Amino acid sequence: MKAFLILEDGHVFSGRSIGAAKEAVSEIVFNTSMTGYLEVLTDPSYAGQAVAMTYPLIGNYGICREDMESERPWVSGFIVRELSRMPSNFRSENSIQDFLTKYQIPGICGIDTRALTRILREAGTMNGIITTDEHFQTEEVQRRLKAYATGDEVSRVTCKKPYVLPGEGLKVALLDLGAKRNIIRSLQNRGCEVTVYPSFTSAEEIIASGPDGIMLSNGPGDPKACKKVIQEIRKLYETTIPIFAICLGHQLMALATGADTYKLKYGHRGGNHPVRDLGDGKVYITSQNHGYAVDAKSLNKKTAVPAFENVNDGTNEGLLYTGKNIFTVQFHPEACPGPKDSDGLFDRFMKMMEVGKNA
Amino acid sequence: MPRDPRIKKVLVIGSGPIVIGQAAEFDYAGTQACRSLKEEGVEVVLLNSNPATIMTDKDIADQVYIEPLTAKTVEQIILKEHPDSVLPTLGGQAGLNLAMELAEKGFFEKAGVRLIGTTARTIKKAEDRLEFKSTMEQIGEPVAPSLVVESLEEGIAFAGKIGYPVVLRPAYTLGGSGGGIAHDRTELEEILANGLRLSRVGQVLVERCIAGWKEIEYEVMRDGAGNVITVCNMENIDPVGVHTGDSIVVAPSQTLGDKEYQMLRTSALNIIGALQITGGCNVQFALHPESFEYCVIEVNPRVSRSSALASKATGYPIAKVAAKIAVGYTLDEITNAVTGQTMASFEPVLDYCVVKMPRLPFDKFISARRTLTTQMKATGEVMSISDSFEGGLMKAIRSLEQHADSLMSYDFGHLTKEELLLQLAVVDDRRIWVIAEALRRDISYEEIRKITKIDPWFIDKLKILVEMEQRLREEELTFDLLKEAKRLEFPDQVIGELTGKSAEVIRDLRQKYGIRAAYKMVDTCAGEFDAATPYYYSVYGSENEAVSAGGRKKVLILGSGPIRIGQGIEFDFCSVHCTWAFSGEGYETIIVNNNPETVSTDFDIADKLYFEPLTAEDVESIVELEHPDGAVVQFGGQTAIKLTQALMKMGVPILGTSAENVDAAEDRELFDGILETCGIPRPKGETVYTAEEAKAAARRLGYPVLVRPSYVLGGQGMQIAIGDNDVEEFIGIINRIAQDHPILVDKYLQGREIEVDAVCDGEDILIPGIMEHIERAGIHSGDSISVYPARSISAHVKEVIEEYTRRLAQALHVIGLINIQFIVVKEDVYVIEVNPRSSRTVPYISKVTGIPIVRLAAKVILGHRIRDLAYTPGLQAEAEYFAVKMPVFSFEKIRGADIGLGPEMKSTGECLGIAKTFHEALYKAFLGAGVRLPKYRNVIMTVREEDKEEAAKIAKRLEALGYSIFATKGTARALMEADVQVRMTRKLEQESPNILDLILGHQIDLVIDTPSQGVEHSRDGFVIRRNAIETGVNVLTAIDTAKALVTSLENTDSKTLTLVNIAEI
Repeated sequence: MKAFLILEDGHVFSGRSIGAAKEAVSEIVFNTSMTGYLEVLTDPSYAGQAVAMTYPLIGNYGICREDMESERPWVSGFIVRELSRMPSNFRSENSIQDFLTKYQIPGICGIDTRALTRILREAGTMNGIITTDEHFQTEEVQRRLKAYATGDEVSRVTCKKPYVLPGEGLKVALLDLGAKRNIIRSLQNRGCEVTVYPSFTSAEEIIASGPDGIMLSNGPGDPKACKKVIQEIRKLYETTIPIFAICLGHQLMALATGADTYKLKYGHRGGNHPVRDLGDGKVYITSQNHGYAVDAKSLNKKTAVPAFENVNDGTNEGLLYTGKNIFTVQFHPEACPGPKDSDGLFDRFMKMMEVGKNA
Repeated sequence: MPRDPRIKKVLVIGSGPIVIGQAAEFDYAGTQACRSLKEEGVEVVLLNSNPATIMTDKDIADQVYIEPLTAKTVEQIILKEHPDSVLPTLGGQAGLNLAMELAEKGFFEKAGVRLIGTTARTIKKAEDRLEFKSTMEQIGEPVAPSLVVESLEEGIAFAGKIGYPVVLRPAYTLGGSGGGIAHDRTELEEILANGLRLSRVGQVLVERCIAGWKEIEYEVMRDGAGNVITVCNMENIDPVGVHTGDSIVVAPSQTLGDKEYQMLRTSALNIIGALQITGGCNVQFALHPESFEYCVIEVNPRVSRSSALASKATGYPIAKVAAKIAVGYTLDEITNAVTGQTMASFEPVLDYCVVKMPRLPFDKFISARRTLTTQMKATGEVMSISDSFEGGLMKAIRSLEQHADSLMSYDFGHLTKEELLLQLAVVDDRRIWVIAEALRRDISYEEIRKITKIDPWFIDKLKILVEMEQRLREEELTFDLLKEAKRLEFPDQVIGELTGKSAEVIRDLRQKYGIRAAYKMVDTCAGEFDAATPYYYSVYGSENEAVSAGGRKKVLILGSGPIRIGQGIEFDFCSVHCTWAFSGEGYETIIVNNNPETVSTDFDIADKLYFEPLTAEDVESIVELEHPDGAVVQFGGQTAIKLTQALMKMGVPILGTSAENVDAAEDRELFDGILETCGIPRPKGETVYTAEEAKAAARRLGYPVLVRPSYVLGGQGMQIAIGDNDVEEFIGIINRIAQDHPILVDKYLQGREIEVDAVCDGEDILIPGIMEHIERAGIHSGDSISVYPARSISAHVKEVIEEYTRRLAQALHVIGLINIQFIVVKEDVYVIEVNPRSSRTVPYISKVTGIPIVRLAAKVILGHRIRDLAYTPGLQAEAEYFAVKMPVFSFEKIRGADIGLGPEMKSTGECLGIAKTFHEALYKAFLGAGVRLPKYRNVIMTVREEDKEEAAKIAKRLEALGYSIFATKGTARALMEADVQVRMTRKLEQESPNILDLILGHQIDLVIDTPSQGVEHSRDGFVIRRNAIETGVNVLTAIDTAKALVTSLENTDSKTLTLVNIAEI
């Protein structure tokens, strides 16, 4: 079946429908990872976005369920050059086609994803629609697209009630803003007992549980939309509990402590971004997925100082909070997909918690 | 970390002659690194024995030594030039071994020279099997169970313990020389004994066989501060068991999930960290196809063939960055020159699929075994880029220029199903064609996978191509079908064949439908940033990004494709210099080429690079976009020449010598006419079409005769026939390689062979020098030792040669380069071949005379006159140096190849010996080619009847040098009669100990074995030569070569060499 991708600026791509033959309006973003499409599909941070993969051959190794970063795919749509008809991997249980259909994710294949990427690069992230309706009126669609705004995605993706993942070691409270499984796994692998809290949990409840540390997860959408969560995080900041935050969590902590965030032109989404540790000058290749960033100029040095920066464009990639046991990063040390080079940050968090515990 | 200010003068060691396993990729890496060092204000001293390279140009390095790659040479250069540092990681294994030898001796320390890039300690840790294994164990990286053995007994015992099959890998050898898989004890004994001998340190690794696992490679970089990145990963379609150089390779990996990808990436980065490599490094893994189990196969702590491929596949200049790291920078301080916006610490990502295919030399070595093993056999490779694997594969197939343009090109349709299944198990260069046939017969993926161990994902891709063949055969050729066929990169020709139409009809249909190739940029970042580098590949059905620039005049330069025997790196040298010359004249330059190993495909050589197959159709698509003002074909070897007609049809003017005149030189009748008008004699000859006609012609001319197809490359199919039987056999062979062209039969004259390269501006000529071959006519010029200036011809003959060159160049209206081969018999000069284009000897003669003839030719093509270029026309004064170009062979790599020299070219590369005296130059050339005598002072001689007299003289001279002579009966008798003390040895078929035992006993320095002319029906000579080569014994098959070697041995004081700085010529 034919399918179309129509962008807010009037560009139209025609290709073939994949997955569910339904219409999807969302923000259109591109991801440059060459592997890890399943992790991308199931990363809650993509809620409200349709993702175009810049690598043209997708689905080659099928669906390996254990690689899912949450219990279901969250993307609004999936845009690829070519979808493999022959998944081949010893762990593959399914084809990506069936997976998309099963979860009712619409998508389009057979389009020039590089041309799309170049449009988004030049014009910035914009809204778009994936549709199988051949009789669309471009201008009418454009009007709809311009009017579209992403909603409160965090509430949609967070868990509905707290749950505990047992462990013998340190107790971590994880605020689930759309957490990827590998954040939890990274803590569990280090022996932590992880209690996962929904995004709407009050700070008091978390503090009362007496955790050794608090982890603020990644998540979707505009950080400034998370007003309630920011207020709660401010309260967490006021405690002495060690805190480690990733991506959206990092942005929310910055907003909670008086700094500002802004929307990047087309974001960082991929597994190849170099980030410099401003402490020792070392450079890590990181996994990234964010459309917003903390404005380093808005920082009050008495509150927080940059700890990491992006080697390419100099944007802020992490903060160290002055006088606090808090550090936050914009990138994804939990990888999945992407390089595991900064996995050691979880060890740093462990150390912080140990020190805090013994103090 | 900023640049290390202590580094002011660096010695860069190149890789020497092109041999299998060490080809043009090191010229590419070395050239890029030298330019990168010079950018930093570093003075570069260069050593490389290979004169055909670009890195040995004086504009690339400051001081250039084209000297033998020996420890002694390096020592002497260091003492003379006083560099503060040595960069050894750019010259492949040869350069690395040399550096190690000197480091171990403590020479560098004594001379106050540092190894930069990577330390000796690191090299040892990566290259020494035992150290490597223990390092891997320390950091928890798995390696296949293995043991380094130093004796047969040890090997047998260990193999017994881990079970057969076992893989054998000798330490410190090139391209896996002497390695292999042993399936039982007999095979083990054979391969192991050989490997122990070939290893520089007498060690061979015996290892659990992981054949059939996926072979995955990672190219990684590390800087002095310990920052690490991955440039690219690659997946070999052929599983472990086939050398990666002989495998079809795809980048990035296709069948690995993120978990596997990251697992191996992390491992590669751990390894480069543990080894403390600074610069680039290649890590090869075997990955179990059905689990996460993996093991590290090998680590190369240097630039390599794979790093060249990774550089071209991603656009990331590994050698350039490695050089910057060597002088102290960290990855985050180095700008990525391709994007101009990102730093070198940004990992490249691809938004396309790259396919590499090996160029194997089985067309040259008809008797060789085609099977592919862990011993590399390819002489070169092609790379293609597409947005699908199918497209990439189809483009790669036709880039190889092996008469193949689809999966139908090798026909296995005649095999029964049973035979086909057996054929599937044969691992050779035609395996994908066998699989395609199996798919046509509906043999299941599973069955094919079971036999070939190739991942079903790739099998399915082949199936998609096979399905398209069928659709084209059966369905109506609609717009959609044609569009899809083009997306899969089916050439018009193939679509035509399948639909019963001509290629022109398909082309017109395409034009009508507007189905055009679009060009996409290789930008290292998948489009995330706006890149500055115009490096393109084509796809169908996409947006075009390449913009045809206006303003300047535009020239299209056609490269020479994959490195193969007969068309090597020298044509890349010519293409690159031509590009620079046109740039210098204000032209916009556009290069089309498909060889990832070359300098010409580096991102900053031409204004634009199209990485595309060199076929008429592919070039036409570029022409339609760019509308060049002209094309230059005379520098790209036969590959470019073959496109002349097609370019003219497209309306592209051929710059320089016109196509008609190129044809006139190749067409026998036209050429004979020209010779006649010029009053130039040539050996009598006739043009024939059948064996009968050929025999009749031969009888008229009188045997011996030379038989060859017209339009040949490197003497392909050319043979000396001494009787009717030979003629019949040769014509059979010629016709086997589909030939529409006539066959030439010439009287074979035995005389001095002379070669000249000249520049002609239509009127005046400039001859930089006359070259003379040591071997008599009959041995391909590319396989002969060539001496400049010619020593044995009279001043009169030189004048005649100059005059004939002038007449021919004028008669053929040559604008640019011309290469002429002459035979001189006494004072008579005959012309045997004229090529109105650049030749193999161009870089060599340019360097030793200091006359940049490619640049001059380019200027002449643009309308300059020789007189206006500050040169006096005519033959230039002879240099005060003798320069000897020595062919270098890779026979030990090709099992079953006959090494006897003849009119068909067999050498893969060359080296130079240059000195004030002829004898020293000759000695240096032999040394550079790896002939290092004496070791045992034992020589075996077995010569044909007509060489016996000269053999006796040689034997006497060898005796005088203290050598013992062994000979078989016939030769021994002749030598005895000449009073040579000869020890007779039994012939091959006689009982042991016979000649073979002698060779295999490792007591022999040299075998002089001249095969009889014509088709040799005895296997004896063949077996002797093969065994000698595989035992590492020097073998000479021409009596003239033997004479030259003896002369060199007699006249050489090997203690010191006088160094010649090419930059000062």
